[in-house]
Amino acid sequence: MTESLIYEISSPGRTAVTLPDVGVPEVELPKDLLRKDLDLPEVSELQVMRHFVNLSHLNHSIDTGLYPLGSCTMKYNPKVNEDAARLAGFAYLHPLSDEEGSQGALALMYQLQTWLAELSGFTGASIVPAAGAQGELAGILMIRAYHLDRKDHKRTKILVPDSAHGTNPATVSMAGLQAVELPSDKNGDVDLNALRAALDDSVAGMMITVPSTLGVFDTKIRDVIRMVHEAGGLMYMDGANMNALMGVVKPGELGFDVMHYNLHKTFSTPHGGGGPGCGAVGANEKLVDFLPGPIVEMVEETEDENDAPLYGLKMPVKSIGRLKAFQGNFGMHVRAYTYMRIYGGEGLHEVSRHAVLNANYVRAKLRGVYPMPVDRICGHEFVMSGHFEGVEGIHALDISKRLMDFGIHPPTNYFPLIVPEALLIEPTETEDKATLDNFVEVMKKIAQEAKDDPELLRSAPHTTPVKRVDEVRAAKQLMVCCRPIPDYDQQRTPSGD
Amino acid sequence: MSYIPHTDVERQQMLAAIGVTTIEDLFESVPSRYRFPKLNLPKGLSELEAWAEVQAFAEANEHAGDYALFRGAGAYHHYIPAAVNHVLLRSEFYTAYTPYQPEVSQGTLQAIYEYQSMLCALTGMDAANASHYDGATSLAEAVTVALEASRRKRNKVVLHPAIHPHYRAVVRTYHQGNGVEFVGDTGKTIERTTADDLIKLIDDQTALVAVQYPNYLGNIEDFSKLVEATHNAGALICFVANPMALALFKSPGELGADIVVGEGQPLGIPLSYGGPYLGFFAVRDEYVRRIAGRIVGETIDHDGKRAFVMTLRPREQDIRREKASSNICTNQGLMALAACVYMSLMGRSGLRRAAEISYQRAHYAAKQINKLKGYKVNVGAAFFNEFPVKCPKPVSAINDFLIERGIIGGYPLEGDYPKLKDHMLVAVTEMNSKDEIDLLVEALAEAAK
Repeated sequence: MTESLIYEISSPGRTAVTLPDVGVPEVELPKDLLRKDLDLPEVSELQVMRHFVNLSHLNHSIDTGLYPLGSCTMKYNPKVNEDAARLAGFAYLHPLSDEEGSQGALALMYQLQTWLAELSGFTGASIVPAAGAQGELAGILMIRAYHLDRKDHKRTKILVPDSAHGTNPATVSMAGLQAVELPSDKNGDVDLNALRAALDDSVAGMMITVPSTLGVFDTKIRDVIRMVHEAGGLMYMDGANMNALMGVVKPGELGFDVMHYNLHKTFSTPHGGGGPGCGAVGANEKLVDFLPGPIVEMVEETEDENDAPLYGLKMPVKSIGRLKAFQGNFGMHVRAYTYMRIYGGEGLHEVSRHAVLNANYVRAKLRGVYPMPVDRICGHEFVMSGHFEGVEGIHALDISKRLMDFGIHPPTNYFPLIVPEALLIEPTETEDKATLDNFVEVMKKIAQEAKDDPELLRSAPHTTPVKRVDEVRAAKQLMVCCRPIPDYDQQRTPSGD
Repeated sequence: MSYIPHTDVERQQMLAAIGVTTIEDLFESVPSRYRFPKLNLPKGLSELEAWAEVQAFAEANEHAGDYALFRGAGAYHHYIPAAVNHVLLRSEFYTAYTPYQPEVSQGTLQAIYEYQSMLCALTGMDAANASHYDGATSLAEAVTVALEASRRKRNKVVLHPAIHPHYRAVVRTYHQGNGVEFVGDTGKTIERTTADDLIKLIDDQTALVAVQYPNYLGNIEDFSKLVEATHNAGALICFVANPMALALFKSPGELGADIVVGEGQPLGIPLSYGGPYLGFFAVRDEYVRRIAGRIVGETIDHDGKRAFVMTLRPREQDIRREKASSNICTNQGLMALAACVYMSLMGRSGLRRAAEISYQRAHYAAKQINKLKGYKVNVGAAFFNEFPVKCPKPVSAINDFLIERGIIGGYPLEGDYPKLKDHMLVAVTEMNSKDEIDLLVEALAEAAK
C-alpha cells in the first residue's frame, strides 16, 4: 500500500481554487524583480483530499490504536480542545493586537500560567516556549543568567545523570555551558558518592527527570537537591514525566528551582505528528524574574468582582529574552486551558493516580515474562528489557516491529540508554482495562514467538503499509526533495576557513 | 467530566493484580512530608460549562473575523481554503507522534517529504528540513549552521536592522551563552540602513550575514552587492523571506542565498494570536548535513517499495547528546502539513494569484492613503503588500479612532525604530476588498481632523 506523490498526479493547467478579481485599478508589476515560474503541483480539490486522506490511513495514531510510547504520554486528545482553539475569536486574532483588543486571550493565558505554577508549587510560569526542548533551553539559560547576575562567573557546569534524555546534555551545550555526566546506581537513582565528588563552585546546577527516566521515583531526591543547593547550584526538573505527579508532589516544594512542562504530554494537546507543542517553564522566587517573555501580568486589578481585571504582556525584569517571535503557541494554550478547566484540581490528581495505576497494572502482568531491570512499584511508566536469556539474536527492535502487526504502536526503544535493549512502556490514564489486557496478551504471545519462531520477529512487521525501511540507504543516497532544482548559474563561493 | 474510563470494579481488579489495596499505596516512595499536597485550583466543569467559558474568552477579542484587519508585521491574514482544516482534523495525523517508526508513519513522513519539496521550489534551495518552531527560531538555527560551517572559527553575525525586531531578539536569546558577536542592527540611524551599508561590516570573522526579503518595513531591497561581498569574504548569506512574496518575486536561491528561513504562517495557518506557526528552513546542498531538526528522505523498504524515513539522524540530540549543535527534537509537524495541503490546493497558479491580488490591493491602498492630507507613503519604493505610513498624529490615537469604525489599523513602528515616530506599518492581503480599503482611507482622513 503506497500513495503517489502529489507531484505525480499533477497536470498542467489544473487548479483547485478560484480567487476573486483584483477589484482595484491595477499597476504594472516590476518585471525585473519577478520570478519566472513556481514549481507547485496542479491538482483538484478532490485529488488533494483523496491524497491526504489516503496518506492519513498509513499512520498509526492514538485515535486508531494503543500508543504506549514511554516518556511521550500519548493520552487521548479531547475533541472539545480542537474546537476551542478554532473559535474565530482565537483563530483570527492577530499576535500584535492591542492589549484592549486581546483581553480574552490574555485572561486565558494568565489563568494557564497561574494554574501551572500552582500545580508545581512555583512562583510564576512562562508559556512562551514552543516545545520541551525550548523549555529546557529557557531553564538552563535562566540558571546561567542567575549566576551571572550575582557576579558569580565561575559556574559553567551542569550535572546530568547518564539516564537523562539526550536533549538535556544538548541543551546544556546550546546554552554555552558544559554538561557533566553522573552515573546512576543499580536502581537508576543518582549515585550520591559520584554527586558529592562532582560538586564544587564550578557547578551552575543539575538537570534531573522526576520520576526518573526508568519510571521510578528517586527516594533520595531530597538529598540530591540539598547537596546541589549547598554547593551553590540550582536544580532543574525535566517535566517530561509530570503525568505521574499532579497532586502527588509539587516540584517547587521538593526544592526544585525551575522546570518545564510539556502541554503536549501532560495536558493533552495533540502531538501533531511531531509538533506543535508547548514547553512552559515554571520558576520559584529565585528565578521568576529571569523567565522568557513576554508573560501575561495583571495590569489593573479590579475592585468590583463583576468587572474583569486588565491584563497585559510584559517582559520579566531580568528576562533571558524572547524565545519566539510572538507570545508562544497560543493554540496549544487554549487546548491545555480547556483540558485543565474540565478536570479541575481534583480531576488532574485523578489523572496522575490512574496513569500510575495503569502502568503498575501492566508491569505486574508482564513480570516474569520480560526481564525488569528495576523491579519495584513504578510511576506512570516502566522499563523492561527486550532481551531474553537463552534466546539469542532477538532485540527490542524486533519486539517493537512485531507489535505493529497487532495494531499496537511500539514502546520507546533503546531509551534510557543505561538499560540494555530497553522497552519503555507508558500506557497513560485514558486506556481502559480491556485494552491493557489485550496489550499484555500480545506481549506474552510475542515473548513465546521469540522462543518458538524468532524469524517471525526479525522479519516483522508483516501487515504494515511498508516493511522495514532501509535507513542506511536514505542517509547515503540522500533524497530530501523530489523536484529538480533550477540552476541559477550563480557565482557561489563555499564558506568557511 | 473525565476522560478516565475505569469503573470501580476494574480499579479493584487492577489493584489486586498489582498486590496493593489502594491507589495511594503506589506513591509510598514519595517523601511523606511532600506527598499529596493541596491544589489551589478550581473545581472541574462539564464540557458544556467549560465551552461557555472558553467561548466568552474568544468573544472578548477584537479579531479579523469581525474587523477589517490591516496589520501584518510578521503575521498575515490570507485566505485558507476550507479543505486545509478538514485534512488537519484527520486525527490519524494530529494524534500521531514524531514518526520514529517509519512502518506505521508513512502518512506523516510522505507529507513532510512533499512539504520539503514544495519549500525547495518556493525558495530555490536544494534541501529543506521538516521545519522549526517559527521564523524567528529558524533564523537562530541559521546562525548555528553558519557557525558550524566555519568550524566555529568565525563568530561574527551581521544582522540587517530591517529584520523583524523580535527575530533579532530571539537570535540573541538563543546565542547569549556562546560568544557570538552581532553587528549591524544597533546605532542611531538603523531606520536608514540599507543592504549596501552592511558591506563595510563584513570581515574574515563574519560567519553569516542575514537580511529580510521583503524587509520588515515592507521594502524589496537590492541585495546583489551584499551577496557578492558576503561570498567574497567566505561567509554565508541568509534570507528571511515571506513565502507569499516568493510566489511572485525572484526566489532567494536565484538571488544567491545560502540559507533561506522564514515564517510559514501565511501558507494556510491561521493568525491564532502568534502560534502555532511554522519556521521553514532551506539550504544549498553543501549545508544539508549541518541542518538541525528533522529531515525526511526517500528510501526503499525490505521489498524494494518506495518509502520515507527520518534521515541524517546521527546529527540529532538523542544520539549525539552534548555534541549536537541544537537540542531540537521535533518540528511543527502539523503546521508543515497545513502548508503542504495549502500549497497543493493553491498550486502553481493559485499561490501567484493570491500574491498578485495582495500586491495590487496594497499598491492601491498606498496610493489612496498618500493622497490624504497629513499622511505620507513612499509610493516610489519597491514593496510587496506592506508599507509604512507617516501619520499626522500618534499611531495609538489613529488606531483608537479606527477601531470604532471596525478597522484594526497598522502596527506602530516607533517602539522599535525611534526615528519612525508616528509611523504605522500597514499590510494588505487578498482578504481586504476594495470596499474595506476605501473604508480605511476614509476613516484615516477623518482621524486626521
